[in-house]
Amino acid sequence: MIAHSIFFYFFSVVAIISAIMVTASKNTVHSVFFLILDFISISCLFIMIGAEFLGMIMLIVYVGAVAVLFLFVVMMLNVAQQKNQWFLSESSSKHIPIGIIISIVIFFELIIVIGGWKYKPELLNSNNFNTLSEITNTHSLGQILYTDYIHVFQISGMILLIAMIGAIVLTFRQREGVKKQSYIKQISRERSEGVEVLEVSSQKGVKVDD
Amino acid sequence: MTEIGLGHYLTLGAIIFSIGIIGIFLNRKNIIVILMSIELILLAVNINLVSFSIFLGDLSGQIFTLFILTVAAAEAAIGLAIIVVYFRNSGTIRVEEIDKLKG
Repeated sequence: MIAHSIFFYFFSVVAIISAIMVTASKNTVHSVFFLILDFISISCLFIMIGAEFLGMIMLIVYVGAVAVLFLFVVMMLNVAQQKNQWFLSESSSKHIPIGIIISIVIFFELIIVIGGWKYKPELLNSNNFNTLSEITNTHSLGQILYTDYIHVFQISGMILLIAMIGAIVLTFRQREGVKKQSYIKQISRERSEGVEVLEVSSQKGVKVDD
Repeated sequence: MTEIGLGHYLTLGAIIFSIGIIGIFLNRKNIIVILMSIELILLAVNINLVSFSIFLGDLSGQIFTLFILTVAAAEAAIGLAIIVVYFRNSGTIRVEEIDKLKG
């Protein structure tokens, strides 16, 4: 139990520090790296608490896909030149106290809610449900996901499809001056426009291409 | 101190949520960091759902964490595509210079 709490405090401190560094870092590339560190430590917490499947999925989806996507966009957009300057003008620094006040108010509201939460005692006694049962976390998640939540599962697949189509449509552009192969032109080409029979007069030749 | 309960995880979620909101308000550099702050907020929600799911013994929380993960990935893809298009059209993604809508 003491190891559990030691690991909890270690991972949560790492997560909080890297979350602060995500917002406070001046270089955007460093922000992305701290975001990756944050996701890794939170997924370690998930694995530690007993949600192994979600921890691994967090690693795959966030670290493997989303963070690399952020990294690509940051490097593609050349925003590293803006890293030296926090604020463009003095007028924008008046956002700081408002933001800090609002987030502190939200934080203490959440803390009040957590402190005032009353648990049913029989709910808290059943907290070791997945150590008693034989089946693993992944198995039990799959049993629920593909039966009770099958429609929501399919709708989430549709959301991913729409996101993919939307991203392609948004970033697709046709550039001028680039030679490209046009399949429809190739297929719809007729013999009559491909071959031309000419009367060639002797000693003069014919102009082939113009 | 030694016994890690539900309250510890919820407090961690609240702290990360507040840091994400601070990141949205304070960031004046570029809009990508705002998207990363939104990812932090979704992460805090995920922490809350998973810890409730574990400590109350109901697997539905983990299922919904899975769906939040899906929506977060879709949102990141669409948001970054919009940022790329905006940068291509106007040449900047600084938050203060994005004022075409005069909002």
